[in-house]
Amino acid sequence: MFPRPIAKARPAVRVAYKASLPVALLVWLLPLVAVALTSIRGAGDLARGNYWGWPGEFDLVQNYRAVFVTSPIGLFILNSFRITVPVVAASVALACMAGYALAVYRFRANSWLFFLFVGGNFVPFQILMVPVRDLTLRLGLYDTTLGLILFHSAFQTGFCTLFMRNFISSLPHELIEAARVEGVGEWSIFLRVVMPLMRPAIAALSVLIFTFVWNDYFWALVLIQGNHAMPVTAGLNALNGEWVSAWNLVSAGAIVAAMPPVAMFFLMQKHFIAGLTLGATKG
Amino acid sequence: MTTTTADIATTDWRAQPRRRLSRRVAPALFLAPALLMFLVYVIAPIFASMRISLYDWDGVGKMTFVGLGNYRELLGDDAFYTSLKNNVLWLVLYMLAVPAGLAVALYLNQSVRGIRLVKSLFFFPFVISQVVVGVVFGWFYDPQFGILHSIGKLLGVATPAVLADERYVTYGIIAAGLWPQTAYCMILYLTGLNNVSPDQVEAARIDGAKGLRMLRHVVLPQLGPATFIAVVVTVIGALRSFDLVSTMTHGGPYGSSRVLAFYMYEEALSEYGYRMGYGAAIAVVLFAIMMVYISIFVVRMIRQDRGKR
Repeated sequence: MFPRPIAKARPAVRVAYKASLPVALLVWLLPLVAVALTSIRGAGDLARGNYWGWPGEFDLVQNYRAVFVTSPIGLFILNSFRITVPVVAASVALACMAGYALAVYRFRANSWLFFLFVGGNFVPFQILMVPVRDLTLRLGLYDTTLGLILFHSAFQTGFCTLFMRNFISSLPHELIEAARVEGVGEWSIFLRVVMPLMRPAIAALSVLIFTFVWNDYFWALVLIQGNHAMPVTAGLNALNGEWVSAWNLVSAGAIVAAMPPVAMFFLMQKHFIAGLTLGATKG
Repeated sequence: MTTTTADIATTDWRAQPRRRLSRRVAPALFLAPALLMFLVYVIAPIFASMRISLYDWDGVGKMTFVGLGNYRELLGDDAFYTSLKNNVLWLVLYMLAVPAGLAVALYLNQSVRGIRLVKSLFFFPFVISQVVVGVVFGWFYDPQFGILHSIGKLLGVATPAVLADERYVTYGIIAAGLWPQTAYCMILYLTGLNNVSPDQVEAARIDGAKGLRMLRHVVLPQLGPATFIAVVVTVIGALRSFDLVSTMTHGGPYGSSRVLAFYMYEEALSEYGYRMGYGAAIAVVLFAIMMVYISIFVVRMIRQDRGKR
């Protein structure tokens, strides 16, 4: 193990290390601590110029209620869910099939298609912006959640396919061969033999895609105009512009907006990290 | 399931051709939906943008062919050069996230009680939206109430209004971006460190290697894959920097914090009229820069793949 395990160090070093952890954590998360504190700060604090100190008055309930009552953030959050959940389902489903095809079958265009998905996944959004916006307009889906869902589903399919293909490749191929010998059809092999083994990969991908899509801001700007379909990232930015000095309310909004992906991360931590570090270990 | 040789012998001649056919068609069917979506929304738009970049177009009216006119205009556009220069700055400074992530990973790669929770909390900045990051850092830099200003006042040092000062604005935004990016690199390295062979480390330790020398000669070579991924995601993150610029400064002051990604958006969908063709030309330049890195990545993946099969 590197660095040398701290358990083998002198007691003084050990104590110092353990003591340094919470301090480092506090410094590292200072921005978040500040937001959390500000979100429960009373308006009086801000008037007195107490922006960063310990709150003089606590208005937790009042601030969070104010955000929901005076702004459409409830609607924004709902919109974010209405966009994110279908995208996760669609892109993971598409990628399961495509990844399966690329991992199991040998055909001439195989690697080309694979690298098309990989490469497409890294292109800058801006090169897609004008045509995608135009297409969405022409489909009559501009300013609707469906327009955003279709784009995100398609785009995320690239990364998902890369992920799924690598995962299925690592499964024992004999399993599929055995099923074929038994006379099981190709579709049934996919559904009954391979799918059950893909559960961890599906879980990992789902949390990742949820976070990516939830946090998207650019496409919400490009494809959405009205509050009725706006996700919380773009909504929060608009609120920040409106409530210039009401830091406590914007903070409460930021906490609300950050909550779902954070909760997702904590619930599915193992899967999340496994998904993210895919390929970081294999040489 | 029990399939006797007799069964196979009797059914073989009929089942085999059909199954062979289905095995031929199956990959196409499995691929079709994903491929169709990806072609329509990702691959085709790349080429469409390249075409649009040769036109003058407001997004609704008629398109007028101008050839390389948009690109010629770019060459004389100061805002374009500012964006390009800032993109280079982003690329260079964003790379700090890689060693910083490694440093944090080394710091946290211990097994004491509660370290798992600490690790996940360190990863937090990457999970939250960049809009939130932008909003918070915007407050940090606030010239009146910001924490930077407060600290400066405490120490008796005059602090600049970072986001309103052309000299510092891009650095201020990059600093905000480094926060989540370092967290990302950290998690990549933590996983990498997990897979460093303990035998080699022990062997080197017996030979008297330790500290930085151990890191350089024994550990880092084994972290190669993690470093590669960290560099790739950091480059892509740097070139994609849009959210922070948009939320923190909107490109200002006087367009001095623009990057190509933001300038393109501004030109294509600005309040002064849509210039889709010009925007597309900027996007093509950004794409060309990105393509260099995408190619390196894909070529490496092809090699890796060949090695495995």
